Amino acid sequence: MSLAPFEPTTSVDFIDEIPPDSAEGGRAIEGRSPLRLALARLRTDRVAWLAAGMILAMVLLALIAPVISAATGHSATNPDLVNGTNSFGQPYGPGQGGFLLGTDNLGRDVLVRVAYGARISLLVGVLATLLATVGGTILGLISGYFGGWIDALLARLMDAVLSFPYVLAAIVLAAVFGGSLGLTIAVIAFFSWAAIGRIVRGQTLSQKEKEYVEAARSIGAGPFRIMFVDILPNLVAPVLVLGTLLVPVAIVFEATLDYLGVGVGPPTPTWGNMLADDQGSAGFGAWWFWGFPAIALLITTLGFNLLGDSVRDALDPRTERIFATRRKASVLGPDTPVGGGGTQSGAEADTR
Amino acid sequence: MTRFIVRRVIQGIITLWVIVTLIFVLFFMTNPDPARLLAGKAATVTQVASIRAFLGLNKPLWQQYLGFLGRLIQGNLGESYKLHEPVTTLLGQWVQVDISLAVGAGIIWLVLGLSVGIIAARRPRTIWDRSATVFVLVGLSTPTFILGLLLLFIFFYILTTHGIDIFPSAGNYTPFFTNPAEWARDLLLPWLTLALITAATYARLSRSSLLEVLGEDYIRTARAKGLSERRVVYRHALRAAITPIVTQFGIDLATVLGGAIITETIFGLPGLGQNVVSAIGREDLPVIQGIVLVAAAFIVVANIIVDVLYAVIDPRVRLS
Repeated sequence: MSLAPFEPTTSVDFIDEIPPDSAEGGRAIEGRSPLRLALARLRTDRVAWLAAGMILAMVLLALIAPVISAATGHSATNPDLVNGTNSFGQPYGPGQGGFLLGTDNLGRDVLVRVAYGARISLLVGVLATLLATVGGTILGLISGYFGGWIDALLARLMDAVLSFPYVLAAIVLAAVFGGSLGLTIAVIAFFSWAAIGRIVRGQTLSQKEKEYVEAARSIGAGPFRIMFVDILPNLVAPVLVLGTLLVPVAIVFEATLDYLGVGVGPPTPTWGNMLADDQGSAGFGAWWFWGFPAIALLITTLGFNLLGDSVRDALDPRTERIFATRRKASVLGPDTPVGGGGTQSGAEADTR
Repeated sequence: MTRFIVRRVIQGIITLWVIVTLIFVLFFMTNPDPARLLAGKAATVTQVASIRAFLGLNKPLWQQYLGFLGRLIQGNLGESYKLHEPVTTLLGQWVQVDISLAVGAGIIWLVLGLSVGIIAARRPRTIWDRSATVFVLVGLSTPTFILGLLLLFIFFYILTTHGIDIFPSAGNYTPFFTNPAEWARDLLLPWLTLALITAATYARLSRSSLLEVLGEDYIRTARAKGLSERRVVYRHALRAAITPIVTQFGIDLATVLGGAIITETIFGLPGLGQNVVSAIGREDLPVIQGIVLVAAAFIVVANIIVDVLYAVIDPRVRLS
């Protein structure tokens, strides 16, 4: 084997010299963006498909709620003690009296109510998360990029929000303004943005030291262009993952408020207030009152958590530790306690 | 070190002041005149006025606020509008429930979470690890009130209707010093509810923390020395992996000590959480303020303790 005479070539020429159909696979080598790589990984992830299926099933249930109501002729809100209870005035169990999932104490169809409850849960979960994610990302970017007194102010604000007893605040606010859908979404978004803001701030702090930011600045890019055009695309991965994982947190938050009677409130059916429904004379044995909304809630939260995990793995398999140490408490708390689980340990913020 | 602690204490006091002020402002937005509420429907105008004067509600709001802060510094939280007892006395009674709740649940979730995490980390990508992942995901996805209702349904309702009367219904609480056995029996289901859900976080945290440490050079050295795997994991690795868990434990314990609203509501436990909800219902400002203050104080103190502990356990951390 003799060596070919040395020919100066650029690296581009060199790549071009490889015939597209050579070596292995027979396909041209093609540059793939990280997003497409992630999507490819996600597509082969069976858990992600399962999670997507669970979420889609709930979305479908929410969409066809009026259809179910029309087809069965059962209202989600109007009591119907004539048709909805048996001859002893007791609610029907699942499968009895033509009610697939039974009826509640007021003779209302549990299936119809669960379906309408899905609308509230998904609406609140998605809208509150969207608001919190957009707000948290913008404020996190500003805080991390500008630094100085702006950062000091915003970082303190995030700490305050995270350590505020938010369930308590929600109860007090509901007492002031009366519980409503809008207030519920606002409260959840307000107490959730800081979790995202803090991560974005930290990421921005490290990104802004990189050369590409320097380069952008040297060609005269302004701070907002650098923040939103240059830095933001590099933060898509953590924001996407945190956002997905925030949806179930928001849904549980909403259900918790409704369970405590300070959320959307009756007669609108929500999974939270169905779980808290008075079981009356049927007693604790009327498990279908709370069993079905509980199952629906679990499917939804599990679906989003599984999806969030899969998205995280697909975007960057190494990020696990970051999110594993993410305090669930910072948004929800182990038990949504008075003290607001939302505490920063300080160990992370100050001493590390 | 001392400077660090002093700075953190000052920060903590500021946080507490902000929270108390916010609650004060929020409350007077709701109800500008608690005296009318207290006097009841049949009260005459003079009666309402005398109550107002007695509580100092006839003064301008800022004077009431300053007076409140002044009394607070002396450790006086005022008297409940409705229960007619000093708030400090009431808090003293209620917090015992939360101490009981936190101690029992804390032990269970720490043991359970650490065990699951260690098992998973020692056998990554096996069926054990996968089961642990399922445990974590279900734990993170389950709302407290669902688990609480489920446990009550299974262990109280089904067992009791089948003649097995082991677990009490909701609404039972026996103080520890009255009857320790009864105390544990009444609290077992609340403990499990809190612990199972919280343990998921610990399992996840200890698994990832331990996995990372097990990949470090000194672990390879320890193995190369011929130490048993048990000794490597429990003596060498766990010691380094435990720091984030200590942090989390401090905060979680403080959070439960400040009242577990949902658990207390489901199981009818007369702790800070249930009482703050009912205090909001009856617009009992001194009680609301007292409970919020205590809850926030627990967290502030826990944060400081955890930060100091962190530096003690992990010599790489320097306090500044």
